Amino acid sequence: MTAKLQAATLHHLPTAKTANETIRRNPGMPLDLGWLEAMRHVNRSALERRVQTMTKRRSIKADNQAAWLLKSIALMDLTTLSSDDTPDRVKRLCAKARNTLRGDLVAGLELEHQVHPAAICVYHPFVATAVKALDGSGIHVAAVSTAFPHGLAPLETRLVEVRASVADGADEIDIVIPRGLVFGARWQELYDEIAAFREACGEAHLKVILGTGDLVTLRNVMLASMVAMMAGADFIKTSTGKESVNATLPVGLVMVRAIREYFERTGLYIGFKPAGGISTAKSSLDWLVLMREELGRRWLEPDLFRFGASSLLTDIERQLEHHLTGRYSAGFRHAMA
Amino acid sequence: MNIQQRYDAMDYGPAPESRSEADKWLAGRDFSASLFIDGEWKKPAGKKTFETRDPASNKLLATLGEAGADDIDAAVSAARKALPKWQALSGYQRARHLYAIGRAMQRHARLFAVLESLDNGKPIRESRDIDVPLAIRHFIHHAGWAQALDTEFPGQKAVGVAGQIIPWNFPLLMLAWKIAPALAAGCTIVLKPAEFTPLTAILFAEICERVGLPKGVVNIVQGGPEAGAAIVEHDGVDKIAFTGSSEVGKIIRRTTAGTGKKLSLELGGKSAFIVFEDADLDSAVEGLVDGIWFNQGQVCCAGSRLLVQESVAERFIAKVKARMAKLRLGDPLDKNTDIGPLVEKTQLERVRRLVAQGEAEGAECWRPECLIPAEGHYHLPVLATNLAPANVLAQEEVFGPVLAAMTFRTTDEAVALANNTRYGLAASVWSENINLALDAAPKLKAGVVWINGTNMFDAACGFGGYRESGFGREGGREGLGEYLTKPAGKSADLAPSKPAATTTTMDAGGIDRTAKLYIGGKQVRPDGGYSMPVVDPKGRLVGEVGVGSRKDIRDAVSAAHAAKGWASATGYNRSQVLYFFAENLDARADEFAARIAALTGASARNARAEVDLSVEHLFALAGLADKYEGRVHQPPARAVTLALHEPVGVVGLVASDDQPLLGLISLIAPALAMGNCVVAVPSARHALVATDLYQVMETSDLPSGAVNIVTGPSAELAKVLAMHDDVDGLWCVADNETCRVVEAESAGNLKRVWTSGGKSVDWTSTPHDLLLPRAVEVKNIWVPFGD
Repeated sequence: MTAKLQAATLHHLPTAKTANETIRRNPGMPLDLGWLEAMRHVNRSALERRVQTMTKRRSIKADNQAAWLLKSIALMDLTTLSSDDTPDRVKRLCAKARNTLRGDLVAGLELEHQVHPAAICVYHPFVATAVKALDGSGIHVAAVSTAFPHGLAPLETRLVEVRASVADGADEIDIVIPRGLVFGARWQELYDEIAAFREACGEAHLKVILGTGDLVTLRNVMLASMVAMMAGADFIKTSTGKESVNATLPVGLVMVRAIREYFERTGLYIGFKPAGGISTAKSSLDWLVLMREELGRRWLEPDLFRFGASSLLTDIERQLEHHLTGRYSAGFRHAMA
Repeated sequence: MNIQQRYDAMDYGPAPESRSEADKWLAGRDFSASLFIDGEWKKPAGKKTFETRDPASNKLLATLGEAGADDIDAAVSAARKALPKWQALSGYQRARHLYAIGRAMQRHARLFAVLESLDNGKPIRESRDIDVPLAIRHFIHHAGWAQALDTEFPGQKAVGVAGQIIPWNFPLLMLAWKIAPALAAGCTIVLKPAEFTPLTAILFAEICERVGLPKGVVNIVQGGPEAGAAIVEHDGVDKIAFTGSSEVGKIIRRTTAGTGKKLSLELGGKSAFIVFEDADLDSAVEGLVDGIWFNQGQVCCAGSRLLVQESVAERFIAKVKARMAKLRLGDPLDKNTDIGPLVEKTQLERVRRLVAQGEAEGAECWRPECLIPAEGHYHLPVLATNLAPANVLAQEEVFGPVLAAMTFRTTDEAVALANNTRYGLAASVWSENINLALDAAPKLKAGVVWINGTNMFDAACGFGGYRESGFGREGGREGLGEYLTKPAGKSADLAPSKPAATTTTMDAGGIDRTAKLYIGGKQVRPDGGYSMPVVDPKGRLVGEVGVGSRKDIRDAVSAAHAAKGWASATGYNRSQVLYFFAENLDARADEFAARIAALTGASARNARAEVDLSVEHLFALAGLADKYEGRVHQPPARAVTLALHEPVGVVGLVASDDQPLLGLISLIAPALAMGNCVVAVPSARHALVATDLYQVMETSDLPSGAVNIVTGPSAELAKVLAMHDDVDGLWCVADNETCRVVEAESAGNLKRVWTSGGKSVDWTSTPHDLLLPRAVEVKNIWVPFGD
């Protein structure tokens, strides 16, 4: 398995000119419990102080702010994950992804191209619809899978679900881990499941959702992050958006530090996706600052960073309009998804 | 650069804080009249002026009139004049004034922050998010103290006029630390800001004016060392509070010796930042950023000595370097600046000189490839490795963004390295093992210890140092105590305690006894081999005692240091020993009463009363040994702060002739109760009372060396104790000159000195209130929590 995966490279996403080198896909590695043990030292108070001061240490103003907000759009997995989703609803989302910003904004900001979200993210039944609707756009289709959001279906069922989404054309698969495996410190089992999902993904990229709101402690988040990467995750992702606590910056800090540790030890780039509750332009900038400060410029490209978001886009559109006109905008002035 | 290019670059760009309101304020003031005295803005009597400049650009901000001795005199007079009315206000009324000041500062918070960054060069993030909010918090916190004073500090009153001298590194915050507790206590104030950074103090004075603080209660004078010296030397000042260099602190200690001025000193530091192998290393790296790269390293409690466990040292240093590369040097008013310029050219030159010297002594100094502004007093952050404790960068306070890194193998070695300094201000301990962290923290000689954190401050938690980092605390209950005093009981001037000359001979009734010295639990002959007479009131020779010398004091101090077990004994254990001491003394009460009567001429009844009171005090302090405890503070953060009472260490005691037993026991008992080991110099005239105690102590389970007694010429021995740099505290009840000398000589190591100021002490009121607070150092251990 390892040799085959090592040969694979990431599917190319449109990245900025400054960061267009190809990244070798994470082939995974054997579960290293010694390494896991060494990662237990996570101090919540210190991490909270870091995120509190980090967002005050960096401020993005004027044209830079507009540029960073456009980047937030490009890093977005525009998402609909409602029980009442229908094909038409998904088509509407895809249409918005294709034609994201109003033409006058694109022109006013002097952009070379329309800015698109990196992917749209849907439940399995809508993968085929989305693939068709986005055909030729370069926008990826991501499917949440493995009995999202709880992950508690039989393993075989979950694997079948992954394969089905891949067969329908999904470029990316967002799987969830059964949180109980973390509480029980059943690391080998967790590792084996994720590795199996990875294999089932084939060329599609694997995002591993940890359900950090359920994991409660930052130490659990750290350990689960490490196991996911060892098992071959391309991305690690915070939340399903369905837990009572969504993506928080301290959780994000733990996960990006796990990614940094993995990178320092293996040289492999792992992506990060915070999801759930990121709905304001300002908060998206906080996350970008976190990536820039803790991991560096390279992690501000869609092959290594995504927002899972639904309402964020509208707030960014309003801010961009304000940037151009100096007038505060209203949501209804921008096309809905 | 268009937006598309910025989109590709994803850089931060400048995010400047506006300075227009600050410029308007600067333009609107007449800085030649910058002395705020008696509620008026005055020009100095002399013609001298000084400039304050923006350290980022070296541009002139203001030219101020400089105060001289005449102006200080006017300010002190104004403060004295305002004192009775201010003290006569109820606590509630004073609380309302403090509250008003705090709220008004809050309303003008941004102007304070911008002015502070302009004047000092600190990044606006720090002045906005740290300095100014903490200063406001100090006033609002102390408003409550003003009102609670009568119930929380019964019988105490304001010390009087406080002279306060503050540094340039946290101009407004240090002002708040000084002024808030003084006002709460009921003091009136003459405060002098540093001449590099006068501006926010002027804005503060405007606030005092605006909120209707009575005239003369707060006086703020501008000037340099001359004005500072005039405050220190002024007879109308009752209390000096100084924050600054240890060098100047020592000068102030000498200058104020014998004047009766109360003194608190907040001085330098070389604080250890200890990283154990089980720490959250990434968080510890971030702690360093907040430790040594906060305020350009111009922080007295900066974690300037990194001690990292060998097993993780290589990884940790790599992480530190990676983090340093992300620090941004730049305009202090840019919200994206991590490191601003140093405050002044001379400071920059000093840091450069020390770094060069450190490199010459073998340190490897690494600097990140940061962009550095062409103008302004900027210094790159420096990581010095491969250096021994002997390197200047490991020894001297650099007061710049320079980190000296060393490794250690074991906890004991970490503690030994951390304590290998004359300073003792602060320390950080990083470990995820609470057993380890809470074991290490009490072993560190530092007034503040942060566990898994650094540079955390709060108005409710005392801040201040051990050793040459000064004495006294700021903030909290103990900080308020620095501005309070308890009116003394009846007292008389003391004459020097000397052996009386005699020509008579001894009554050869019994077997000849030789009263020796008591050192290390043994009765030893004086090193010099001389004896001195002890006589009765009629001049008849009663016996002879040894003449202790400097060498005996030296031996006694060594013995006291060797008796470490006493300090670490439980309070209950010390309590039982002191009870036993009282028990044994009581059993021989008749004998001691007879001795006192014979030596002092006291009536039998009074002599017996002295013994009984001595026993009672011993008994009382035995009972308090496990009760005079620290506190737990709950600062506005998810943390507890443990304010531990730790023994001062080795304490010298000098007792007077009046009530020779009671005076000695009253000093010994509180010192022992709190775990100190003592070297006592008893009354020279009545020394046989003290030598009689040897047998009592020998039978009381007191560990060897916990109490050492050296008889001899008191003034001389007191001076030796004062000049001994391994003595941590000194309490001296003696004549005026002896008290002055020990206060002056204590400046050598800034030992904690209390003297009776040449007066006798009324020991009938218990020694608890007076001496228990002096028998402990308060160590504040910050313990953040959360999982």
